[in-house]
Amino acid sequence: MKLNMPRHQQIYAWLLLFPALALLAAFTHIPMIKTLWRSFTSSGMQNNTGFTLDNYRYLLEDDVFWQVLSNSLWYAAVTVPVSMILALAMALWVNGKIRGRSALRLAYFTPTILPMITVANIWLFFYTPEIGLFNNILGWFGHSGYNWLGDPDLSLFSLMLMTIWKEAGFFMIFYLAALQGISRDFYQAAAIEGSSRWTTLRRITLPLLMPTTLFVLINAFLNAFKLVDHLFILTKGGPNNATNLLLYYIYENAFSFFDAAYASVLTVVLLSILVVLAVFQFGVIERRVHYR
Amino acid sequence: MQNQVTFLSCLFNSLSIRLSNGLSTLAAWLLGLFWIFPLIYALWAAFHTPEYAAHFALDAPLTLENFRTAWVQAPFMRYMLNTVVITLLILVFQLVLCTLAGYALARINFRGRGVVFALILIQLMVVPEILIVENYQTLASLHSIDTYIGVGLPYLASAFGIFLLRQTFKTIPQALEDAAKIEGCSILQIIWNVYVPLAKPTYLAFSLVSISYHWNNFLWPLVVTNTEQSRPLTVGMAIFGAPESGVDWSVISAGTLISVAPLLIVFLLFQRQFIQSFMTAGVK
Repeated sequence: MKLNMPRHQQIYAWLLLFPALALLAAFTHIPMIKTLWRSFTSSGMQNNTGFTLDNYRYLLEDDVFWQVLSNSLWYAAVTVPVSMILALAMALWVNGKIRGRSALRLAYFTPTILPMITVANIWLFFYTPEIGLFNNILGWFGHSGYNWLGDPDLSLFSLMLMTIWKEAGFFMIFYLAALQGISRDFYQAAAIEGSSRWTTLRRITLPLLMPTTLFVLINAFLNAFKLVDHLFILTKGGPNNATNLLLYYIYENAFSFFDAAYASVLTVVLLSILVVLAVFQFGVIERRVHYR
Repeated sequence: MQNQVTFLSCLFNSLSIRLSNGLSTLAAWLLGLFWIFPLIYALWAAFHTPEYAAHFALDAPLTLENFRTAWVQAPFMRYMLNTVVITLLILVFQLVLCTLAGYALARINFRGRGVVFALILIQLMVVPEILIVENYQTLASLHSIDTYIGVGLPYLASAFGIFLLRQTFKTIPQALEDAAKIEGCSILQIIWNVYVPLAKPTYLAFSLVSISYHWNNFLWPLVVTNTEQSRPLTVGMAIFGAPESGVDWSVISAGTLISVAPLLIVFLLFQRQFIQSFMTAGVK
């Protein structure tokens, strides 16, 4: 088939692909290579200083980096499973015969379409000490309240809470789509067998949702490393870097500390994490879920 | 005796099912309330004077003063115009470029197709905002900082769009294309007359996902815009809402509502299509 393909077909294919490929190369592939190059051959804002490992040496000694990396991993490790479990529950609820189904679906999904940056403004008010809403509510119960964003032990948790709120409704959509794809026959068979609701969920629904769960899991992890908009409003990475995340630290280095070389090294770290996730996705998951 | 036990256990079962149903519904509603609460709260704060920001009294007087203040303090019209132009600019280019590339990948059997497809898919993971350092340099060298095209350029080709359209085009029967060829249609005519009309749901799904992504995008526009000339709503709101700006909560809430209103209204009107579209895009 391929050999019989007329020559002009080949040319057409490349012509059709050219605009998209040129843009992708310019803003994805070439920058990736340039990032790697810059990380070995520059210092501060100076380029082409010759091959050097200084930037990487600095990385290993940079306590802030290690804290940021640990923050990012914790951030992903907590927000992803919690949002996914909530997403599954939401999907099961709005897919079933619950009262006020469409209102609930709307409520769950709304955070997804609101900009992170503007809802962060609202959450900032919830979290503010003294006049903030959360502390006000705690005050009704005689509790003196917390310093949600100012306490280094609590601030990352506060960010996670908001992230879970923002993400769960989005993941719900994937589960909802998968649930609607499950054949009714399975449930009829289960009903005839007299299987309880819990058993049906555990033995039929959850196994059939497995491919979706893996898919959402990977994408949620990827997302977690890209999600930093709310830091700009809520904490700016503080107090004392307690909430600083990798992409935000890259931004700080590049545009506040004007250290493009170090920002490149950090970008290389972030890209490595993404590559590991990608390899995992294509190695483990794509074998189960086939795209034709 | 036996009957009684069966009866009792049946009764117990049905009671416990009812109870667990009830608890489950209650949990669903509590979660729903918590999820919608920030928006409801923003509405409350925006329509009341600052004294009532954390004081919920049903008889609190309503006011539009916060909207007036917000409107005067930040150039919302300009921000909104910028956001609309940037979002539409990106969308139009994406639709055209992804259609062409998607068709080539779905229907033309050229050498290196697998490699090209894999290279394209990299952008699903490595989105342009991760490479802000290099992309900023590229834009600076093109003298496109603080322009619409600068904000849009890295997103004009979308791996996600190419992927979605490729998957959809593959499901369209080859016979339709062959028939059009016999009629003497060129490749572009075939794409426009055969493939595009049949892929309408995919176009709708992709468009809604793309619009909500770029309406809400923040990090890249923050880096690449400097002035009101090109600054979108998200960046404008970040400046407007910054604690340094000394604006009070009620006014920030009003500003927040102004900035999300267009997208939110469209979403509420077409929520079924929106959710369906996100589902279509998610399944593929």
